[in-house]
Amino acid sequence: MVLSQADIDRALTRIAHEILESNKGSQDLVLLGIPRRGYPLAVRLAAKIAAADPTVDPAAIVGQLDVTMFRDDLSHQGMRPPYPTQLPRTGIDNKVVVLIDDVLYSGRTIRAALDAIIDLGRPRIVRLAVLIDRGHRELPIRADHVGKNLPTSSSEKVRVRLEETDTVDGVPVNEVVIEATA
Amino acid sequence: MASQQQDAGTGAYLIRGAAILGGAPEDLLIRDGIIAERGQNLPADGATVIEAAGLVALPGMVDIHTHLREPGREDAETVETGTRAAALGGYTAVHAMANSTPVADTAGVVEQVLTLGRTAGWVDVRPVGAVTVGLAGEQLAELGAMADSRARVRVFSDDGICVHDPVLMRRALEYVKAFDGVVAQHAQEPRLTAGAQMNEGEVSAVLGLTGWPAVAEESIIARDVLLAQHVGSRLHVCHVSTAGSVEIIRWAKSRGVNVTAEVTPHHLWLTDELARSYDPVYKVNPPLRTDADVQALRAALADGTIDVVGTDHAPHPSEHKECEWAQAAMGMTGLETALSVVQHTMIETGLMGWADFARVTSTAPAAIGRLEDQGRPLDAGEPANVTLVDPAARWTVDPSKMATMGRNSPFAGRELPGKVVATFFKGHPTVLDGKLNTPYRWLPENTELPGAAAAGRN
Amino acid sequence: MRHLLSTEDLSRSNAIRILDTAEEMAAVGEREVKKLPTLRGRTVVNLFFEDSTRTRISFEAAAKRLSADVINFAAKGSSVSKGESLKDTAQTLSAMGADAVVIRHWASGAPHRLAATDWIDAAVINAGDGTHEHPTQALLDAFTMRRHWSRLAGTPSAGADLSGMRVAIAGDVLHSRVARSNVWLLRTLGAEVTLVAPPTLLPIGVDKWPCSVSYDLDETLARGVDAMMMLRVQGERMNASFFPTTREYSRRWGFDDTRLRALDSLGLKDTIIMHPGPMNRGLEISSAAADSPRSTVLAQVRNGVSIRMAALYLLLSGDTREPAHQANSTHSTPAGHTSALVTKESH
Repeated sequence: MVLSQADIDRALTRIAHEILESNKGSQDLVLLGIPRRGYPLAVRLAAKIAAADPTVDPAAIVGQLDVTMFRDDLSHQGMRPPYPTQLPRTGIDNKVVVLIDDVLYSGRTIRAALDAIIDLGRPRIVRLAVLIDRGHRELPIRADHVGKNLPTSSSEKVRVRLEETDTVDGVPVNEVVIEATA
Repeated sequence: MASQQQDAGTGAYLIRGAAILGGAPEDLLIRDGIIAERGQNLPADGATVIEAAGLVALPGMVDIHTHLREPGREDAETVETGTRAAALGGYTAVHAMANSTPVADTAGVVEQVLTLGRTAGWVDVRPVGAVTVGLAGEQLAELGAMADSRARVRVFSDDGICVHDPVLMRRALEYVKAFDGVVAQHAQEPRLTAGAQMNEGEVSAVLGLTGWPAVAEESIIARDVLLAQHVGSRLHVCHVSTAGSVEIIRWAKSRGVNVTAEVTPHHLWLTDELARSYDPVYKVNPPLRTDADVQALRAALADGTIDVVGTDHAPHPSEHKECEWAQAAMGMTGLETALSVVQHTMIETGLMGWADFARVTSTAPAAIGRLEDQGRPLDAGEPANVTLVDPAARWTVDPSKMATMGRNSPFAGRELPGKVVATFFKGHPTVLDGKLNTPYRWLPENTELPGAAAAGRN
Repeated sequence: MRHLLSTEDLSRSNAIRILDTAEEMAAVGEREVKKLPTLRGRTVVNLFFEDSTRTRISFEAAAKRLSADVINFAAKGSSVSKGESLKDTAQTLSAMGADAVVIRHWASGAPHRLAATDWIDAAVINAGDGTHEHPTQALLDAFTMRRHWSRLAGTPSAGADLSGMRVAIAGDVLHSRVARSNVWLLRTLGAEVTLVAPPTLLPIGVDKWPCSVSYDLDETLARGVDAMMMLRVQGERMNASFFPTTREYSRRWGFDDTRLRALDSLGLKDTIIMHPGPMNRGLEISSAAADSPRSTVLAQVRNGVSIRMAALYLLLSGDTREPAHQANSTHSTPAGHTSALVTKESH
């Protein structure tokens, strides 16, 4: 276990404050979580932002952005239906969109997300927040907000388990673990 | 007929310790085209000895229903390749069906087929004459001329097409009485089977392939047995495929109708479930039916309601099978798998013994075709048409290794029991050690092509 | 799932996966930018041995919305005049590098032949074969029904099936690939199906199908129907004595104005009327029924594009031709990608 439940919570609190700080408030903020685990993280971040700024309605600033159809590695994935894309009612035109994902690795998911966003509208700024940055980038992409930098070997597997997505009996949730792949 | 033959390099053979018709081991001495002696511990006396312990000796098999395709479709099969396949399958005689191009509906064509068969020399090729001119179902062919020809035709059939006109069928049945002929009917009511692709039933309903109802076969058989009874003639029913047909034939026989019936090896085993693959190798006329039909056919063959096994060997060039089901030709090869399939379906199931096998694959078909020197007992003085079988052998069907030009075996990839070890045709081994040996050579004056027998053929 | 050949062998989970994916595809259709880059560089061939402009343009629109290259191949070749063989055509398309073949053929089983032989190494989608199956039509019908059924229940359609829905399918079942595909798929999705047809237009063996059979449309309606699907009936069938006259057919088995009114008097206010098109107005369906608010005919056409996008996406994204790649973990090095490109070029 690399990050415990408490570690994850502390990291998200810090990221929430960083987002507010870099945006100079909650003005025009939209948080788009990338399925599966980016979305619950976005919901948690929205709640923390609302806690810091009571004028914010957390439900009104969170959305989900599916990037499946924009990936460049479809044939390697096996058959998988896309997740729904749901934008906040306000849309994303001229907004400050913060993409949220659990792990930043090659950067290809974020590349796909940027393409997906462009087909949906024209944000003023797009930023990126991730819980874990494990390195090994293959594209010129970096995160604006990082919960934890985690140097890893590419033969290892970083697995994030969240209560919202991984409530499997007997498996501890709300933690980050590293597994060596065979 | 043995006296008419030249015995080129045939020599004498002593088959030692073969189970004759599956009975106790005995020796058979073959010399001068006949079985010279049968008994225990026969002396070799210079004869080539074939150790046959564990093998079964059978009368050479007789196919009542073979398509050799020549003349006209030499891209599908020739008399040479088809009869090689027959010899390898344990046959010493085949009835070549009439649907060649030109149709075997004149004395000239049947004599040509006879000559082609003698030139090949692997088995006795007995031409079947067409019932109607050009198989058109309108006008009787010159049945008498074919009967009187050198081919001495006794079996007449429009096989592939049903003689559906009841008046024409009646006339044909009546007419062949003049020379002890038989009409072999392909029972298929044409209007009920327009565009038909497979057995009509549960599977065709799902596959959306036009159905081929059992009643289209059964209604013709019912009509024909009544006609045969009415005119007092001899009827043979080709490739019976349904339980209902069996019932009708059983009823007719119980009423004394002079009817014989045939079943193919594939109808004794395969069902219409195979069509689910849409692989046209399973497309055949009559179509594969249900398992209930298969069981009824096996029971009928065992109890004698069905008299013979006929292969309906129907080779096709690969492009006629490598296509959509509806486009594909109907038919399956069968000469080289018939023995094994009958062993698997009838003998290994306990429904029949080897003596019954000899009856349905040799004695009865020879009797239907009026072939005097085929289907005889394996006794001293009888013509030496003998097949030696290893019933314990098992082999996997590989159509590309067959002698027939047709690659359309529905048994491809299946492991089958029983292998032909040797085939003696008129005392000459056409097959030895499971491989083709040399053909029998007819006397030159008995062939239409002078010098053909002298030409090297191996 | 390597091919989409029939609904008979389509599992419930794959069926629902296709329907759910189609929901997302439908959402794309409502956006300003209706195009997705997903299948960029992939080639989809529409191989039509039988004319069907509707089905072809539906597949074409679906492939284009996913950015695939589309080649339309109208192969001549009827049961009467044999053209180039299916094998030669398939091998030609294979040599051109087709990734998916959408095949419409007059011969039942032709798509199965393409999929089962080594003539072509591409995903095969059956766009209607003879009187066998038309799986994407059944899927779009199920999609249309599921949206209706979920709306009535007030629940989201994603993940749902059609449990408890009563569907009647009326018309020429014997010659209908749409009916066959619908019977299997609707069974898989839990609907109760009743086939209504003259006995001459039902196949022998229909009693073994997972549905009930009736000769009486009015009685079927009276027992309650949530979706009424009318099948196209060809007037030529009359000449083969499947029924005496089109008028008699229409009176007994057509969805006419009287039956449309009967839905109201029977209290079936939510019953939808479906037709796969093209319609014979006045024969199997009256104009009033076809144009009524109950009619889903145009929704079916619209949903057809979403279903076909889903099918293309799911078949071409789950590419089983390449051996398992550890895409994001072990082999995401430049070398790994080079090898993926090589593999692709070798197709």
